[in-house]
Amino acid sequence: MSDEPIVQFQGVTKSFGDLVVLDSFDLDVAPNEHISVIGPSGSGKSTLLRVLMTIERIDSGTIKVDGDYLWHMEREGRLVPANEAHLRKVRGKVGMVFQQFNLFPHMSALRNVTEAPIHVLGMAKEEATERAVELLNMVGLSDKMESFPAQLSGGQQQRVAIARALAMRPKVMMFDEVTSALDPELVGEVLGVMRTLATEHALTMIIVTHQMGFAREISDRICFIEGGRIVEQGPPDRIFSAPESERTRAFLKAVLEV
Amino acid sequence: MIWNWEFVWAEALPPLLKVVHITVLATLYGFAIAAVLGLLLALLRRAPVRLVSWPVVGFIEYVRSTPLLIQIYIVYFGLLPALDLDPTPFFAGVLALGIHFSTYTSEVYRAGIESVPRGQWEAATALNFRLTQKMFRVILPQAIPPVIPALGNYLVAMFKETPLLAAIGVLELLLTAKNTGSYTFRYIEPFTIVGVFFLIMSIVASLGILRLEDWLKQRRPG
Ligand SMILES: Nc1ncnc2c1ncn2[C@@H]1O[C@H](COP(=O)(O)OP(=O)(O)OP(=O)(O)O)[C@@H](O)[C@H]1O
Ligand SMILES: [Mg+2]
Repeated sequence: MSDEPIVQFQGVTKSFGDLVVLDSFDLDVAPNEHISVIGPSGSGKSTLLRVLMTIERIDSGTIKVDGDYLWHMEREGRLVPANEAHLRKVRGKVGMVFQQFNLFPHMSALRNVTEAPIHVLGMAKEEATERAVELLNMVGLSDKMESFPAQLSGGQQQRVAIARALAMRPKVMMFDEVTSALDPELVGEVLGVMRTLATEHALTMIIVTHQMGFAREISDRICFIEGGRIVEQGPPDRIFSAPESERTRAFLKAVLEV
Repeated sequence: MIWNWEFVWAEALPPLLKVVHITVLATLYGFAIAAVLGLLLALLRRAPVRLVSWPVVGFIEYVRSTPLLIQIYIVYFGLLPALDLDPTPFFAGVLALGIHFSTYTSEVYRAGIESVPRGQWEAATALNFRLTQKMFRVILPQAIPPVIPALGNYLVAMFKETPLLAAIGVLELLLTAKNTGSYTFRYIEPFTIVGVFFLIMSIVASLGILRLEDWLKQRRPG
């Protein structure tokens, strides 16, 4: 059982009009693996995460999460499109943190974190609050529970967003360039939280990032994608020190020079 | 003498004061209907099923492109009797006002909903909210406060249309003024007073909307 991937993309294709963004994409992610996806702008990194979060539909192929098809369900031995109930069940195993935080501006930090556990998971308010307080403590925001997003710095907002996603107890957490919208001096506090998650918690993490140093440090595997396909993947040390593909080399050279 | 103050105090003003609340109530009730029905139309219009959204669009277009007076007649003489109801003119008039203006408020709500950033929908999806929860917990609380002033403008607009209710015999300001005129043969004073009423109340309402706007701005954190 433990060898079975927690996330499995098989021949996933996704286009926007004529633009093929994911091109018969295959990827297996092992439970508790930390995987960083790197690649040039427009290569399909966000789309990869967004189809796994069911924010974007796929055109063909299958995605499995923890043994269940995400966009399909099995009926009489055949795969049919998933209905809303099935989608919600499988989607619940996945969580996501966005580049722009996307906190709910009309709710306090605490309520941002308790809202979904109460109304989606049906958790009692006291329990949800207790857990939210714990999570906000963990991300270092015990003194900001009652603050509204607009009263928080970008780094603080992003940490609330991480707590909010964790409150749903996902098995897989996705991070889409979560430090890209931050002032440089605030990047560290968010990476710090992610580092804690990676080292102290059993959690599968799929990270899209331009922070190559961080990717190298935190990841079990690096995937370099371009043109909607994986060009090269492997352990960080090898990818960064001895990339096999010319394109990986060119990409790394470009980003590491900046 | 064109203007007679004595006539104003003795005969023109008192009956108008007695019915001013009818005009105000017709506006408030009518607006309550427009506010709720408009939201409902805005939501149904977004329905993924065309069988739902298209009739809603058709209804909105129809109501917007026909005169309110006709709709008042339709509701009073046609719709409600056809439903086996025997409405008072006031009830029918209020309903017609509410339906008519709901097609305008629905556009206001729609604009408000569309102004909420996509990221809010995406975050709500990532947290596995149901569609109705997304709408009522995440989107509408952000969509509605900024459009309250625009809704308020329709309140004032509706208020100015209430004299049309006289056409089905609602004894509001206009009809009362007309009655006074028809047995005293003086029309100038009663109609002028009605005009002044509308002027005063429109100013009050507009000031109220301005203050509401300020308050909303302050209330929103950041
Ligand atoms: N909703 C959409 N409609 C049309 N085109 C889209 C849409 N979303 C993404 N694209 C296009 O798909 C391609 C891949 O986008 P994606 O956001 O996945 O790239 P990315 O690798 O995340 O890039 P970046 O590093 O800039 O974030 C881009 O060319 C983008 O313009
Ligand atoms: Mg992206």
